[in-house]
Amino acid sequence: MRISSGKIEGYILILMTLPLMVLGGALAFYGKEGALVFHGGLIALVTSYAIISIFRKMSEPAQNIPLEYNDGVIRAAVIMTGIWGFIGFFVGSVIAWQLAFPDLNIDLPWTNFARVRPVHTTSVIFGFGANALIATSFYIVQRTSRARLAGRFTPWMVLWGWNLFVILGVSGYPFGITQGREYAEPEWYADLIALFVWVAYLWVFLATLSRRAERHIYVANWYFLAFLIAFAMLHTFNNLAIPISLEYAKSYSLFSGVKDAMTQWWYGHNAVGFFLTASFVGMLYYFLPKAAGRPIYSYRLGIIGFWGLVFLYMWVGSHHLHYTALPDWVQVLGMSMSVILLIPSWAVVFNGFFTLNGAWHKLRVDPALRFMALAVCFYAISTLEGVFMAMKPVNALSHYTDWTIGHVHAGALGWVAFITFGSMYKLVPWVWHREGTYSKRLEAWHFWLALSGVLIYVGAMWNSGITQSLMWQTYNPDGQFAFAFIDTVDAMHPYYIARAFGGTLYLIGFCLGAYNLWLTIHPRTPIQMPDQQELKPLPTVNLNKATVKSPMSVKATETPTGPAE
Amino acid sequence: MSKLHQMIERNSLVMVLMITIVASIGGIIEIAPLFTIENTIEKVEGMRPYTPLELAGRDIYVREGCYACHSQMIRTLKTDVDRYGHYSLAAESMYDHPFQWGSKRTGPDLARVGLKYSDDWHVAHMKEPRRFVEGSIMPGYAFLADNDLDLDRAPLSLKALRMAGDPYTDKMIAEAKQDILRQADPELEGEDDLEERYGEKVQIRDFDGQPKRVTEMDAIVAYLQMLGTLIDPKQVSDKIRAEEAAKSKALKGESQ
Ligand code: HEC
Ligand code: HEM
Ligand code: HEM
Repeated sequence: MRISSGKIEGYILILMTLPLMVLGGALAFYGKEGALVFHGGLIALVTSYAIISIFRKMSEPAQNIPLEYNDGVIRAAVIMTGIWGFIGFFVGSVIAWQLAFPDLNIDLPWTNFARVRPVHTTSVIFGFGANALIATSFYIVQRTSRARLAGRFTPWMVLWGWNLFVILGVSGYPFGITQGREYAEPEWYADLIALFVWVAYLWVFLATLSRRAERHIYVANWYFLAFLIAFAMLHTFNNLAIPISLEYAKSYSLFSGVKDAMTQWWYGHNAVGFFLTASFVGMLYYFLPKAAGRPIYSYRLGIIGFWGLVFLYMWVGSHHLHYTALPDWVQVLGMSMSVILLIPSWAVVFNGFFTLNGAWHKLRVDPALRFMALAVCFYAISTLEGVFMAMKPVNALSHYTDWTIGHVHAGALGWVAFITFGSMYKLVPWVWHREGTYSKRLEAWHFWLALSGVLIYVGAMWNSGITQSLMWQTYNPDGQFAFAFIDTVDAMHPYYIARAFGGTLYLIGFCLGAYNLWLTIHPRTPIQMPDQQELKPLPTVNLNKATVKSPMSVKATETPTGPAE
Repeated sequence: MSKLHQMIERNSLVMVLMITIVASIGGIIEIAPLFTIENTIEKVEGMRPYTPLELAGRDIYVREGCYACHSQMIRTLKTDVDRYGHYSLAAESMYDHPFQWGSKRTGPDLARVGLKYSDDWHVAHMKEPRRFVEGSIMPGYAFLADNDLDLDRAPLSLKALRMAGDPYTDKMIAEAKQDILRQADPELEGEDDLEERYGEKVQIRDFDGQPKRVTEMDAIVAYLQMLGTLIDPKQVSDKIRAEEAAKSKALKGESQ
């Protein structure tokens, strides 16, 4: 039986999207809050647009699948990464200045720090981070499998569906729509969309793997798989909630108190572990060897690192709840597992460094590779730091203070964002078929601004965190506290200014980077070397199982396609 | 090892299965017992679900994201206890959907802030924090005093919470709107009803200094003023300790 491409896929997608459309319509119709009506309308609009365009595409005469990689969706994801990156870093800088100068809150409901802060965390993690992951994972899985991305519509549904989720989140917080749980703030209807998208994402990934022309699944893909599976579990279980009605966005978490806290931090730490770590390690395992021109150093370290990470991360959420009402044994277990977690974490670090070994000279001329090398350094630092903070005595000092914020941003700015920048400088020329980026000098400027930004940010937060904690704990000889709470707030002021300054440098660096890539994509002068691929008539093959053997794929697979043994 | 692993990495479904199993273990071992072991949360006298007004206040607390700057979890450390009072017990957040323990103390802990200040202080502080506390970096929330509280939400909220396991009765749900008015307006009849439903410690008064209206400020101050006031934590933890001592004594006796 021969079916024209994408019919089954299209119908399944439409069937899955229809309920969401109905839901959106219902929210828009019954909603009593302005923001909820807007959300409902937006959902209904986007889903109906999706359904209509799938129908239209399906009714076109059946086409053969082009024998090339599907890079269109990657290009769109790269653009979204840039947009969310700007929003996230900009809002991060705004809230940093708000903490330094509270009058900047303006005391309007939608401008004050606490409503804006989740806009920052959601934009950077789920906007910037996730779009970068969609772009790189789609790139990597195609190249390392030497197969075209599965699905005609699904990859696009994944991209736009996910961005719809992020928009629903970010546009809701300023109007008070939030679940009130860190990193899981979007309300139930947005969570449903995210779940739908995630299942689709997992399908695309597995289906692409299943048509691979390589026998082995490349190590980067293991990490992406773990990220996809783990986040599906975490997201579903942690967001179990009971909506109060269709008139209001509000829902109540199904769990309460201690159970809710443990579920939330099981989720929260693994948002860190799988969203900000495992998946970005996947990125590292492709782009670092490719940029350095050397194969991954050790296959064995890869295996140990991978399974260790997948196993251990899920245990350590309770180190966010030391000395609380959570039963003691869970705290101690979380602490112990956190210490062991250093082994798989540093397995990745060693693999990264030894892969670079022999390519150190390239660091001088290639800022992108420098970003990646520094990313490995910051990964090493923040995991080591995390292990210390997970120990109860240290946590007694660090918990509730800016030290945590310093740790977060050593990881976020230094590791997550650096590896992303490095990879983007490689990925953009590849998927837009350019010889290189517009300007290496701008890349270098970006690097130095970003590095100064992180160092200032993290340095300031270490100082302020430890200062504040010590001030909280200082007694006078008569047994009274030496400092009132507000004294400790005053003491933070200079550090908050420094942090905001560091963050602003980082933002400026990012803008230079974005400008550089924009000019790479849209050069001022017409491109000298026309892209050879597009000049040739595209060879085509018969439908579904299109395995790519185009000149591009040869070029793309110069890299190690399997771990070196 | 590598033979086995080669098998795994050649088959994506095996890999998916392995990842799922390996990643599930931690969560199952740590979280499942919290739902089954009875003593995760000790039964404590005095704990009761929130009144509709307090609940509305709590919803505002969540909506505004106060947890970004305030914790509600006094740790068992001496310095925490000396500054904020008896450490928090599990039972004290048993009706918190979601929990609001927080992870950052940009401002002080609020777990026992109830009755520490007057209502007027809270209202004025919420409106303009830096008028009272020089150097405060808390945002101002003057708009809460202008917003009328949405009463229609109350019964819906109580119903949803009952589905999540909180012991709200039909009567409580039916009276929810009226109970908000009763608590915020001492002139209204029916205080006894309110106390009958929610206990003696319910604080009944006009909280925001605008007796004619029930605003969001009423709700949030009512919530802040009840935080940590429901139980006597010292008594409770002494009792728990005594029980535990008795239990372990009994166990020792058996084993001898
Ligand atoms: C930017 C962080 C920030 C946010 C957001 C914030 N606060 Fe505060 N809050 C502070 C700081 C700092 C103090 C200490 C100085 C002071 O009393 O103003 C404080 C003090 C307080 C106090 C007095 C506590 C005491 O024991 O003295 C209360 C009550 C309070 N906040 C309630 C709230 C509520 C309710 C919200 C949400 C609507 C909120 N705060 C949001 C920073 C914040
Ligand atoms: C220009 C760069 C950035 C600036 C200026 C910035 C600033 C801030 C500020 C001021 C806060 C609030 C801290 C507090 O409550 O005291 C914050 C929180 C946070 N930021 Fe950033 N940020 C930046 C980039 C990033 C990036 C790239 C990421 C992640 C990939 C990130 C992730 C987070 C997270 C997870 C939190 C919450 C931390 C916690 O609750 O412990 N940030 N950021
Ligand atoms: C072995 C690795 C790591 C360990 C053991 C670890 C441990 C910890 C600990 C103990 C805390 C403080 C909890 C508290 O006191 O509240 C923390 C917070 C945090 N860490 Fe890590 N960490 C690790 C790696 C990372 C990495 C690589 C990132 C990447 C960005 C990261 C992001 C965060 C975030 C976002 C928080 C703040 C959570 C919050 O309170 O909102 N961590 N981590």
